[in-house]
Amino acid sequence: MRREARTRFLANRAAVAGAVLLAAVATAAVFAPWLAPHDPLAIDLANNFQGSTWAHPLGTDHLGRDTLSRLLYGARVSLLLAGLSVGSALVLGVATGLAAAWHRGWVDAAFVRVVDVLLAFPDMLLAIAMVAMLGPGNVSTVVAVSVLALPNFARVTRASALAAVSREYVLASRAAGASTTWMLVRHVLPMCLSPIVAQATAMLGTAILLASGLSFLGLGVQPPAAEWGAMLSRGRDLIRTAPIGAFAPGMAITLVALSFSLAGDGLRDALDPKN
Amino acid sequence: MAAALGRTVPVLVGVSVVVFLIVHAIPGDPAVIAAGLEASPETVERIRHDLGLDRPLPEQFVTFIARAAQGELGTSIRTGSPVAQEIAARLPFTVRLAFWSILVAAVVGVLAGTVSAVRHNRAIDHAVMSITLLAVSTPSYWVALMLMLVFSVWLGLLPAIGGGTPAHYVLPVATLGLQSAGQVARMTRAALLDVLGEDYLRTARAKGVSEVRVIARHALGNVLVPLSAILGLRFGGLLAGTVLVESVFAIPGVGRMMVDAVIARDFPMIQGGVLVVATMYVAVNAVTDAIAPVLDPRLRA
Repeated sequence: MRREARTRFLANRAAVAGAVLLAAVATAAVFAPWLAPHDPLAIDLANNFQGSTWAHPLGTDHLGRDTLSRLLYGARVSLLLAGLSVGSALVLGVATGLAAAWHRGWVDAAFVRVVDVLLAFPDMLLAIAMVAMLGPGNVSTVVAVSVLALPNFARVTRASALAAVSREYVLASRAAGASTTWMLVRHVLPMCLSPIVAQATAMLGTAILLASGLSFLGLGVQPPAAEWGAMLSRGRDLIRTAPIGAFAPGMAITLVALSFSLAGDGLRDALDPKN
Repeated sequence: MAAALGRTVPVLVGVSVVVFLIVHAIPGDPAVIAAGLEASPETVERIRHDLGLDRPLPEQFVTFIARAAQGELGTSIRTGSPVAQEIAARLPFTVRLAFWSILVAAVVGVLAGTVSAVRHNRAIDHAVMSITLLAVSTPSYWVALMLMLVFSVWLGLLPAIGGGTPAHYVLPVATLGLQSAGQVARMTRAALLDVLGEDYLRTARAKGVSEVRVIARHALGNVLVPLSAILGLRFGGLLAGTVLVESVFAIPGVGRMMVDAVIARDFPMIQGGVLVVATMYVAVNAVTDAIAPVLDPRLRA
């Protein structure tokens, strides 16, 4: 089953291309200190708003900081924020989804109501509301993105778990006296894993887009930290002076978000060939 | 209709609870934030009393709802002017932007999706699908910057910033409209592919009806319900999603107002903005739910 899934994934060229690009970006992020030609925070006002030169292949920003170095360090921030927010949304979402499917009754009814309310906010509005509560910064960004992602994981888990809890082997395990936690983790959760994994991969792309959007607005990652969205917040000045500096961060966000969604689609098709 | 209302009312109550709780979730004492850091303890107490923050929480909530229902959204801490008035001044910019964008999305999306479905699995289909995938992965504010680079800086054809004349809306509407068009195109294509092999279309073709007419008169009708649903969702999403593009083009809309309010910790303004936009979003979606039976007779049963 697992080998079949791998064969199917490898046959999907777009998904493989996405995965390779993500591996490259992750490597660049890890080795940023060795790869970056300059200190990403070093200010050099005499050389600000430069175009492409030998010293600065992607130019410099309004403070004369090297765009290529900031891009490399920014990969760390973007991947870390996305990973943390999707990771916490996954853990909490899967737990609530399992609980709703297991208890049914009022727990499930309350779950559906809360998800309805969360989905009643447009993404960006809920993100802004969350940052309003917590104040701009990295932690708020992670919380805002995970609150947005959580209902998706909870719904996917609940749907698969509802089908699994009434299976005979689960009932048998219950009759044999297994604890609820054991049953959910050992017998129900594995049945929900495929859609959760596919959802998580695709969601990482959405998380990158949301987090960089918040940073672009000045509500996410705060200066002087290098972050792809934040690098574009002076974009209007950049396009008049050094367009390459506005082009590169947006291209990086697009490629990473696209790769996550291609890899996510590939995983979904490979793990669940019925769709 | 009643069912749509039955779903909408609990959601609206939930939305107002979340909006109400924004103030109480802010770290620190809202009365101190409102009064300013150097205010005397007496001033802080007076403001606490004026804002009703010394009342029990449930009572505060009821007051908040009752006032909001009358269009009374409080006073901005930063400017001292009524929040409702500020929102009324900003809303037209955002709604105008969202409206034209959704119109562009509908026209471009349905055309592209139809071409894609009719030429299923041909080169044009693959091209359209690739572009739509790219569209959802691209940050709107970056597309906005790149369009501004080409059409304002390099070609000098369109104004870069502001929201005064129709020309100011061309680039923002292109950015948001084309991005939403991707989702509309995917939906149109999927809905058409579902029906293209149906017998009633074969019958129509057999009668000698031209292919264009078969698609336009007989097949596209099936797209109307999902189309209105996705346009409703996108329109609501745009009411908030315009904030990124408003920032790039310096359009004084509701989104930019809320971001400035968050940075200034002007919580009555944040609450007002979130409440108005979320309510509009819920209302638009309730309307698309309610008109579904009008668009599709099969849902009238």
